[in-house]
Amino acid sequence: MNHTAMQLLLAAVVVLPLLGAVAALLPAPPGLKGRDPGQAVLRHGVTVTGAVLAAAVALAVGFDHDHPARMQATTDISWIQALGIRIHLGIDGISLPLLVLTALLTFLCALYSYFHLPAGPSPKAFVALLLVLEAGTLATFAVLDLVLFFLAFEMVLVPMYFLIARWGGAQRTYAAWKFILYTLLGSVVMLLGLLLVGLKSGTFDMVALATDNGPNSQLSHTVQLLAVLAIGIGLAVKAPMWPLHSWLPDAHTAAPTVGSVLLAGVLLKMGTYGFVRIALPIAPDGMHTFAPYLAAFAAVGIVYGSLACLALARRGAKGDLKRLIAYSSVGHMGFVLLGIATMTPTGVNGALFANIAHGLITGLLFFLVGALKDRYGTTDLDRLAGRAGAALYGRAPRFGGLLAFGAIASLGLPGLAGFWGEMLAMFGAFEPAAGLSRPAFLTFMALAGLGTLLTAAYLLIVVRRVCMGGKEPAEDGGAGALGTAGSEESGATRTAPVIPDLARYEYAAWSPLAVLTVLAGLWPAALLGLTDPAVQQLLGGGK
Amino acid sequence: MSSVTSLVQSVDWVAVAPPTITAVVALAVLVADLFVPRHRKPLLGWCAIGGLALAALSLLPLVAGDRRTFCLTTDPGVCSYAADHFAVVVQFLVLAGALLTALLSVTAVEDHRLPAGEFWFLLLSSAAGAALLPASRDLATLVIALEVASLPAFALVGLRRADRLSSEAALKFFLSSVAATAVMLLGVSFVYAATGSLHLSRVATTLTDLPDPQLATLATAGVALTLVGFAFKTAAVPFHFWVPDTYVGAPLPIAAYLSVIGKAVGFSGLILVTVEGFPSYADVWGPAVAVLAALTMTVGNVAALRQAPERAHSAVRLLAWSSVGQAGYLLVPIAAAGYADDAAHAIGATVAYALMYAAVNLGAFGVAALVARTSPANRISDYRGLVTRRPLAALALGFFLLCLAGLPPGIIGLFAKVTVFSAAVDAGLAWLAVVMAVNVVIALYYYLQWTAVLFRTAGETAEGEVAAERRVKVGAAAGAGTGAVDDGAEGARAQAPGAAGPADLPKAKVPAPLAAAIALAAVLGIVLSGAPQLVLRFASGALL
Repeated sequence: MNHTAMQLLLAAVVVLPLLGAVAALLPAPPGLKGRDPGQAVLRHGVTVTGAVLAAAVALAVGFDHDHPARMQATTDISWIQALGIRIHLGIDGISLPLLVLTALLTFLCALYSYFHLPAGPSPKAFVALLLVLEAGTLATFAVLDLVLFFLAFEMVLVPMYFLIARWGGAQRTYAAWKFILYTLLGSVVMLLGLLLVGLKSGTFDMVALATDNGPNSQLSHTVQLLAVLAIGIGLAVKAPMWPLHSWLPDAHTAAPTVGSVLLAGVLLKMGTYGFVRIALPIAPDGMHTFAPYLAAFAAVGIVYGSLACLALARRGAKGDLKRLIAYSSVGHMGFVLLGIATMTPTGVNGALFANIAHGLITGLLFFLVGALKDRYGTTDLDRLAGRAGAALYGRAPRFGGLLAFGAIASLGLPGLAGFWGEMLAMFGAFEPAAGLSRPAFLTFMALAGLGTLLTAAYLLIVVRRVCMGGKEPAEDGGAGALGTAGSEESGATRTAPVIPDLARYEYAAWSPLAVLTVLAGLWPAALLGLTDPAVQQLLGGGK
Repeated sequence: MSSVTSLVQSVDWVAVAPPTITAVVALAVLVADLFVPRHRKPLLGWCAIGGLALAALSLLPLVAGDRRTFCLTTDPGVCSYAADHFAVVVQFLVLAGALLTALLSVTAVEDHRLPAGEFWFLLLSSAAGAALLPASRDLATLVIALEVASLPAFALVGLRRADRLSSEAALKFFLSSVAATAVMLLGVSFVYAATGSLHLSRVATTLTDLPDPQLATLATAGVALTLVGFAFKTAAVPFHFWVPDTYVGAPLPIAAYLSVIGKAVGFSGLILVTVEGFPSYADVWGPAVAVLAALTMTVGNVAALRQAPERAHSAVRLLAWSSVGQAGYLLVPIAAAGYADDAAHAIGATVAYALMYAAVNLGAFGVAALVARTSPANRISDYRGLVTRRPLAALALGFFLLCLAGLPPGIIGLFAKVTVFSAAVDAGLAWLAVVMAVNVVIALYYYLQWTAVLFRTAGETAEGEVAAERRVKVGAAAGAGTGAVDDGAEGARAQAPGAAGPADLPKAKVPAPLAAAIALAAVLGIVLSGAPQLVLRFASGALL
């Protein structure tokens, strides 16, 4: 495919959702009115996200896979001369997979919402917000200018805030505020860091900065330190890195299903992507100084996330399944951050792989939990477990099977997507970049290894309790303290609801994620082949 | 003979046209008021609007920015009036802002039965003073321009004669303003005593090389005291306490006028005296302005944060305090100018920020004026669910607030803040940049909270209803979610098939001038968001 076509495709990927968002607010034109305005606008959402996905796939097909390290489909137009800000778009092997993942997940979310709109106000606003969210995320991965990156980074906040605050569940106002305030605090600091880089180097262009071609080619050590600290805080809030993660469980628990899927599947990736795209190549010295701390926080995050999940999965803890998966995200993103902190090609490739894998698997899990909540009206593990609970294998075997599949993929079973990223990240930590303390990183690796064990433990507990119900009351007999919970459960037994198995639209929305999870697990080279040359180039100072 | 003729300065009428046209139209309106019958009074408003538009158009021949007039006959390089780029841009801001204010005022004058002739005369006189100020290049003209801009404003604030709040606001405003002016005059006289000149360019050169070193103390005191007057106009802390009461007591369009044009007067005067007049005293006013800026934004934003949404007039109070906070951002580049090598370069960020702020703040006041027509108390809680009642106004206000906050889609607000940040970082004022960053977050909180209120259709009571509808299918959810919270009749209408949305609900008509003002501000904001270069280019070029 020629360059102009690629350029147009990439521009379309970023602009189409925005145009679609505006169009969603206008009344439907005659001929497209559908059954009613709600249906028409939801269909509009599916159409636009579908078109964006098609464009993204076409981009992936047209992408020159022999040179994934080269920026392709680049557009470079001057926008604000006063600040030296250019509309610079382009994709390479690092951003392409994330771009496609975003387009895919948003499309699946739109598809899912078409059949199952979350309760709340008008679907018009819902679709418009979803599309703005998509535009912001896609732009984050496609822009190559620091200020535009910031702009795109901020663009997702308002729609996500409203998605949580207007369509969310219990505690939604609080959760939405916490989400937006944490992220804003981080991003204002990040803006200062980006400005520092831009002003000291004389350019905001990421490619020029990464290859040290800016007017003042090298940033001094102090500037790099400050820049990484400021930018890193902003990105770490988004990623989220322990101890800046506490907005995440609340936001996920309160968000509607679609919001959770996009939050976990795509929004978190913006943070880690920023580390790889900005912090690593532009301020390698600063990153080098902070890498051990980042790795330490990441390792703590892995263990902390798993322990929190274990606590939630315990019987009688009244753990919320959505919250549990949110905490598991903290752990998984810890692996991504650990991989980045090693500053080796292995680790960074692993991080990027884990990014995609987490997007696929956690997206799937949040879909499933959301559907579970719709079927039961609760995601309280204690109520889902036991005889009165889900017992999915028996009642809805396909649903149960898919949930078990998602859980097993998430714990990193070899052969599924979750395995490679975490393995590579730990492998990178085994031999970190020159100059980084190896003993420290070995410790972090050991902690991460412990984390994988704990992850396996809680996910298996979840599968046992949710999918294999029926036996628990017998166990409860021994534990007298749980008598009340037991009686509640037996009370509910009489009115045990009929659980519908997977509906056709659920197949449509979820099977792509499952298939890609298997595919990425069996054929990791497809993804690593894309990222590796680009990562080598970024770490090598753009040479 | 020749010495006699040379005493008469030549006047370039084209250069002085913008303030002159405004002043002439002001007098014309005052005289016409005597002859226009009562039912034709609205005509006066349109005359004033036409006059302001004409004055704004008269800026066109001045775009080149090379005209000066009222120059000394003995030294043609020293002039009292310069229509340079800075003056033209700020005059445009003032006149366009006054135009928007006038559009907002047309309905306010009718609704509150304000005396039309006096109102328009005062508004135009004040605008004439404000337009004169950025072009003044000597201290006497500056003081006169400042007074011409301020004195009518006191009367405008107190124009709602029946209202006790209004008179109290006017008195407060008047007393504190007069005190500040007196202090400033003292400062100006000190500077004159020390330098022997009133022309800014001469003052600047003389200050670098005072004839008697003992005069240095006098000059320093003069510089500091002169700043006070302008700091007061900008509503910088600690000269800000008049702001909330004055804004609440004044007719709403006048509050909008003070928040934009009043500030423009303050900061342009501040820029002129600091950068043009006292560049050699940058070590005195640089840190002083930096501290003022930090205090101003912090106090303004924290106070805005503490506004209880249920309190009467909380919307205007919040806008008042937030305008204090915004004044802090406007001061940052001026402080940076004190540290930067190229002072003229740094102040461009202030001008760019002020242009953005003028458009969106006037827009926000416009929507507030619209809401005040139906709920005079103008509480923030009155804005709850505005999106179902007036979707366009709600979207516009949401956009204005996000611009003020600096969040996408208010891209222009974000970039205006970026220029201010970069001015601070460039000048090495990292601590100020950090203080500003914290303030931006505080401001984000209350702006977003207000924005969220606009779109919050479901009140506490409706929470249950929404929950009950959890399983309602797509179609029903469309109208019901929003309709259920309104009272029965409206809800039924929203649910009725064929109603495209809440926009179709019957409601009081929006007066055309008010709608035009809001639309104009919104269009400006959107255009600037698409092409920020339009205002940001002032930040890159030297204006003075």
